[in-house]
Amino acid sequence: MASQDTIVSLHSAQSRESVWSGGVSPYAVLPKKLGMWLFIVSDAITFSCLIIAYSYVRMASQNWPRPFPFWPSIVNATVMTVVLLTSSITVVMAVRASKVGLRGRAAWWLMATMLGGILFDVLHIHEWLGLIGEGVRLFNNPWGTPLFGGTFFTLTGLHMLHVTIGVVYLGVIAWGFKRSKFTADDVEISGLYWHFVDLVWMFLFPLVYLLSAKTI
Amino acid sequence: MEATATHVHLEPKRIFLIVWGWLLGFTCAETFLAYQHWVLKVMLLVLMTISIIKASLIISYFMHLRYEKKSLVLTLMPALVFVIAMLFVLFPDSIRLLEMRPH
Repeated sequence: MASQDTIVSLHSAQSRESVWSGGVSPYAVLPKKLGMWLFIVSDAITFSCLIIAYSYVRMASQNWPRPFPFWPSIVNATVMTVVLLTSSITVVMAVRASKVGLRGRAAWWLMATMLGGILFDVLHIHEWLGLIGEGVRLFNNPWGTPLFGGTFFTLTGLHMLHVTIGVVYLGVIAWGFKRSKFTADDVEISGLYWHFVDLVWMFLFPLVYLLSAKTI
Repeated sequence: MEATATHVHLEPKRIFLIVWGWLLGFTCAETFLAYQHWVLKVMLLVLMTISIIKASLIISYFMHLRYEKKSLVLTLMPALVFVIAMLFVLFPDSIRLLEMRPH
């Protein structure tokens, strides 16, 4: 009876240990997927620091510029948001297609996502050029608090860099997945990155554009 | 013949389309609310609340965290929320700074 108890306690000790000792994956995800999640968390903290610093300066400033008229700026930013959200749906479709082994279709959906990213970048650069043409620089602008330019270009520039890297990343994955060099897990992990880029914009759109909308 | 006979569990496509619809709806609502004549503090609070809801939908459904093992969720999310909350500690100082300025 004593030996049976010992076996039972040994079994339970092993099963308790195995979950966290690396014998069994404690998170039930691949290491590279966990790696992407950890990157996302760290990048989320980077963006949070910038966004909170921006909000601080925005709240503390009396004469923060409101240079964005409804047409074309706010409409343009809203279209950019719709484009990013739509590209998130196309990446969901790519992941679904990859899971059932439809390599060609998955690559096609990934390319549709890349197209969304490129369109987003084009619209954003157009917006930047418009502001630069009106005299907005990193440390001054024609309207009010000089920090407007610095915060605007830093926040949106860092995000645009993420979108551009995402487009290249998705392109590599689409190319490799079509040629069986990558697996469905790689498509899913690239999708995680793309959704994160989309998620960050959900905060930048209201903070940077809507709170600086020109009101009548 | 590129499809292979694999049996994987996939959530219905309809769920993702519904979430996408909600996200578009929230975006339109934000744009509409931005033109209400509210105090900046209230506007910031309302818009950030909507953004947090949108972010939660993206994380839960598009990033699939809702369907992952609870240990992964509990490792990632509370730590992230805690760090962001700590970053907000100095934020009320912005209101003090604004009120200190001569009007």
